[in-house]
Amino acid sequence: MSLKIPRNPMPAQDAKERIRNFQEVALGYDEETVVLEAQRCLQCKKPLCMQGCPVEVDIPDFIAEVKNRNYQKAAEIIKTKNSLPAVCGRVCPQENQCEKYCILGIKYEPVAIGRIERFVADWQAEHGQTDENINVTPTGKRVAVVGAGPAGLTCAGDLAKLGHEVTVFEALHVPGGVLMYGIPEFRLPKKVVQREIEYIKKLGVKFETNSVIGKIHTVDELLEEQGFDAVFLGTGAGLPYFMQIPGENLNGVYSANEFLTRTNLMGAYDFPITDTPIKVGKRVAVIGAGNVAMDAARTALRLGAEESYIVYRRSREEMPARHEEVEHAEEEGVKFLLLTSPVEFKGNENGNITSIVCIRYELGEPDASGRRRPVPIPGSEFEMEIDNVVMAIGQGPNPLVTSSTPGLELTKKGNIVADEETGVTSKKGVFAGGDIVTGAATVILAMGAGKKAARAIHRYLTE
Amino acid sequence: MYKIIKKQNIGENMALFEVEAPKIANKAQAGQFVIVRIAEKGERIPLTIADYDREKGTITIIFQEVGCTTKKMRLLEEGQSILDLVGPLGQPTELENYGTVVCIGGGVGIAPIYPIARALKEAGNKVISIIGARNKNLLFWEDKMRAVSDELFITTDDGSVGQKGLVTDVLKQLMEKEKIDRVWAIGPMIMMKFVCLTTKPANIKTIVSLNPIMVDGTGMCGACRVQVGDETKFACVDGPEFDGHLVDFDLAMRRLAYYKDEEKRALAQLECQGGGCGCH
Repeated sequence: MSLKIPRNPMPAQDAKERIRNFQEVALGYDEETVVLEAQRCLQCKKPLCMQGCPVEVDIPDFIAEVKNRNYQKAAEIIKTKNSLPAVCGRVCPQENQCEKYCILGIKYEPVAIGRIERFVADWQAEHGQTDENINVTPTGKRVAVVGAGPAGLTCAGDLAKLGHEVTVFEALHVPGGVLMYGIPEFRLPKKVVQREIEYIKKLGVKFETNSVIGKIHTVDELLEEQGFDAVFLGTGAGLPYFMQIPGENLNGVYSANEFLTRTNLMGAYDFPITDTPIKVGKRVAVIGAGNVAMDAARTALRLGAEESYIVYRRSREEMPARHEEVEHAEEEGVKFLLLTSPVEFKGNENGNITSIVCIRYELGEPDASGRRRPVPIPGSEFEMEIDNVVMAIGQGPNPLVTSSTPGLELTKKGNIVADEETGVTSKKGVFAGGDIVTGAATVILAMGAGKKAARAIHRYLTE
Repeated sequence: MYKIIKKQNIGENMALFEVEAPKIANKAQAGQFVIVRIAEKGERIPLTIADYDREKGTITIIFQEVGCTTKKMRLLEEGQSILDLVGPLGQPTELENYGTVVCIGGGVGIAPIYPIARALKEAGNKVISIIGARNKNLLFWEDKMRAVSDELFITTDDGSVGQKGLVTDVLKQLMEKEKIDRVWAIGPMIMMKFVCLTTKPANIKTIVSLNPIMVDGTGMCGACRVQVGDETKFACVDGPEFDGHLVDFDLAMRRLAYYKDEEKRALAQLECQGGGCGCH
């Protein structure tokens, strides 16, 4: 019977309407839809979906509870493994994780696990039921978590559930990391993020915002003077890359981090009600084609751009963004300039950008990443008028913590060398996970690394 | 929250705050800065640390009204608090015994030059300081600067105190008189540019402290990009001090002016609401 039910689509704000606001695009299932979707789950004896979940959520179990309309129980099942379900239900690339392995996906479409998870998390938040069993026996051990992004929050939540006393140090004025400054409001409302952080606070985790580790305390000081028994480093990929081409320092050329931070964290879309300005002209070019690039291109439209371009030197197939994000961007009118890359930015006498010079590419032989290498076509340069550029070509590791921590082994790129399964680093008592180890990846992979590290830290502190 | 335990107005548009921030005071060094956000919906702005008292657990910041945020900030009084204060950020001043050094502070730049002059003095240098302002009312910390300098010169645009003219006039006179090993200059971008143009022919290494637009102040956003020689640097983590002879000041000035129109809009709104109640 379940095989006859088609996968339920996600209701969304109309594209024409939504590009004029910052409200969430995906509206979420209603109760009838979520129960119908839950009925599609085959309740496999050996559920393959779970192997695709970096934080090991008991997927069939919570879906079974949804089918029986026991949403509270479903939420409890999820939260034993995942402290941020409302975030994961929204921003996980489920098509590459749990849903990729769903057996239904072979002949039909996979169960919409992420959408069900989101419903459960939102239901619990709206109905105000707190979780049970968050009282644990304290171990007397103290752990410092550096960075309040997905990796740090997960690690902190899990350690607190195991009875450790956890303090999270965050450089910005609010916890959440990329969930607050990077991912836009229309994809992940900030009140959803803060709600999940409130849950982690309820578990007993303390947050010290405005605290830049490497400046206010070094890692060694945390261990030796501040009385912490272990440190988890989840400082993320916070250093924006630029292309090193002429004109890159003209006014109006933003890094994606700056563009999104001004908008999301600082609320520049409400200027002058908020004090942080942002400038968006008629034509915006976003360089890159990952999720961050899609976020920036869609944000530009909402900030008033008439034309928003994705400029990418490879072809559509190689775009690293989630399929859903590309689709949403297209629906909203983002234009794609593929096999194209800028070579120079030009400006006026005030130093403001006025145009970009691009060159066209064609695809050659596969490179080390297995993708066909883009090769510039000589003489194909062209110039287009542009008022703003957003560089979304990736981020590297921020050296503030690593450079002030002697004995911490780093890769050539400056990422921390850490064991994939445990987060163990070359320095005793110091664990690491998330983008600072892997380079820029996804929220859920960082959360998985935080979870594994929490387990390893627990062993380190108790054995 | 960070409590303002002392406020002192300077001239018509500057103020000094001594703020309770024991952890920052404990780590602050000459040349470093903090990021301030005064209230919800507020902007994050960088301000150089003018002084710190590790025992009292306070830091001192001095700022000038240039936009909406600093205007609102100047309305805060003793006993009130700043919502967010992050630091100490940036690289500290490279301290050594260089020999004879000249420390130049212009306008609000007198504040950040003070801890540098003091530290250079402690490191054994002969410290000659030049402080300048538009007029007498805008000059401050003459006594503190005198206490850490072997010689102190004052210039004002109108001659209301000290020598009438620019800091560079005194610098030129000093350069003719004695061998100078290094110069620090902090003040308006245009002043730093002209100090560098003055010292460059004589090849006297000149350090400037840049205060570009920043958001996070930890190397995350890149708003503070500056061109130093043929490299792009982030003032927040690579600086704020740079070799002034390599800095592209014209670019830096243009970048600083990017949000001029928005600043005007925000200020106009603030004015029409009765001078910054902040309740808009």
